[in-house]
Amino acid sequence: MSDLLRTDAAELSGLLAEKQLSARELTQASLEQIERVDSAVKAFLHVDAARALASAEAIDARRMAGEELGPLAGIPLAMKDIFTMTGAPTTCGSRILEGWVPPYNSTITDKVLAAGIVVLGKTNMDEFAMGSSTENSGYFTTHNPWDLDRIPGGSGGGSAAALAAFEAPLALGTDTGGSIRQPAAVTATVGVKPTYGATSRYGVVAMASSLDTPGPCARTVLDAALLHQVIAGWDPRDSTSINAAVPDVVAAAKHAEVKGLKIAVVRELGGDGYAPGVLQRFNEALAVLAELGAEITEVSCPNFDYALSAYYLIMPSEVSSNLARFDAMRYGLRVGDDGVNSVEDVMNLTRGAGFGAEVKRRIIIGTYALSSGYYDAYYGSAQKVRTLITQDFDAAFASADVLVSPTTPTTAFKIGERVDDPLAMYKADLCTIPSNLAGNCAISVPVGLSPDDGLPVGFQIMAPAMADDRLYRVGAALEQALTDRWGGRLLDQLVASPAGAYLNGGAR
Amino acid sequence: MALTAKEVARLGELARIRLTDSELEQLAPQLDVILTAVARVSEVAATDVPPTSHAMALINVFREDVVQPSLTPEAVLAGAPSVGDGRFRVPRILGEEA
Repeated sequence: MSDLLRTDAAELSGLLAEKQLSARELTQASLEQIERVDSAVKAFLHVDAARALASAEAIDARRMAGEELGPLAGIPLAMKDIFTMTGAPTTCGSRILEGWVPPYNSTITDKVLAAGIVVLGKTNMDEFAMGSSTENSGYFTTHNPWDLDRIPGGSGGGSAAALAAFEAPLALGTDTGGSIRQPAAVTATVGVKPTYGATSRYGVVAMASSLDTPGPCARTVLDAALLHQVIAGWDPRDSTSINAAVPDVVAAAKHAEVKGLKIAVVRELGGDGYAPGVLQRFNEALAVLAELGAEITEVSCPNFDYALSAYYLIMPSEVSSNLARFDAMRYGLRVGDDGVNSVEDVMNLTRGAGFGAEVKRRIIIGTYALSSGYYDAYYGSAQKVRTLITQDFDAAFASADVLVSPTTPTTAFKIGERVDDPLAMYKADLCTIPSNLAGNCAISVPVGLSPDDGLPVGFQIMAPAMADDRLYRVGAALEQALTDRWGGRLLDQLVASPAGAYLNGGAR
Repeated sequence: MALTAKEVARLGELARIRLTDSELEQLAPQLDVILTAVARVSEVAATDVPPTSHAMALINVFREDVVQPSLTPEAVLAGAPSVGDGRFRVPRILGEEA
């Protein structure tokens, strides 16, 4: 494996700017790694090598012509297959959109392309972003680079696995209940859910519109900040986009200082149901932050105990409405159009054939929760819980700068282990959901391998809405202290271990 | 609450999803477990708590009423399952008796 593949985007940026490295050479290295390992990892649904090389060459030509380029120009990126991009299929992991080529770019796609970032392809995900393992993908399951028998998290398991397998230094995700942070936690990568509305949803296939938040995925906190800076900002084409300046997340990641900062542990996000090894690494990371001069306290957010229940009413309700657009009329699959069946029959048959089990489950829960007679008890109550959770956050942030918890209660579970138990699967998002309901921002950073099973553990930092810079400041400080302690990054340990030999082209 | 397969089939039709018998058999007990678990929200949802539909309070975002470029008809129709005369071709929309 080329050393280039293990190099951070921030460092690659310098090499490219100094013309010590070409975007073509770098893109070629990523494509070769995909060739080498993706038959085992299965992170990508679609790779377009010719397009990636052509855009890399265009960047090189502009740089040679003396043009001033952005810091990420020429850096390869893996894009979750939920962002529309012309000239390539967007499936959202669903058979109902198989082969669909969108007629327009998402705002974030436009921003990424305008920054000169080289898109390698589209990554696998749970169908319509519904899941915590990629096992709900309509195509195949992505494997965790740390242990190929385990899940890479979800829904953005493809993006996280592409980073951990060194197929790309940057990736994009979306986080509705934890789909960026939980995959980051189980793969020892970094994932950020920005403040809701700080990143545009225009052209991002909708799951639950009041929760969906696109965000950056990377191997380091600074790299995530560099990508955050590119994709965030007001978009007049998204009516829920926030018209305010993006906090300087790159400066915050470079500042990396926690002295005097008040960090509060959320009491409700720990204890029973959490793996001992996860809690051990979490507590060790807290001790590191205390050594760096942070003030560690504990806070209670009693209504967080109801977050998962509220989420599994609000999200399916919005899903049942949003996914009504897949009606077999304007794009996507159409089944049973035999000249006899009515339009309703064709819709029923198409959606019955085109949607997978989890998508059907959620649409039906949403239909039930919104039906007359049940609306107040289910959807109405869930909306009240959403208020209570926001109040818990407000009270906690009155006495703390950031809140912390494990990102997810366990390490990566085995493929197949939870497929028949939806509630067990949903619990993977126990700690991440509150921030989606309240709209504030959160990050997951790796804090070591669990002594239970040798698999990665993620540490979640939550900050108030529009204070995304705090995530990067605390995340980078923690990352720096832990990397010093370990004598290198966790992912470098994977590459050096027998389990990671395949990443270097060795036998599995 | 115990949802029956018949009730799930009815919800499926409301949601425009044709479910097979084996799907109905699997879904009914699963939905029961999930709905029982999520019903906990009513424990804390007192009448004096205002509902939140959206985390960030924004109201009526408008733009200037000026013509903006849009997709061409060809681009819009390119992904359609069936097209005729520059339009989406759809199955019959009226019942037999119409």
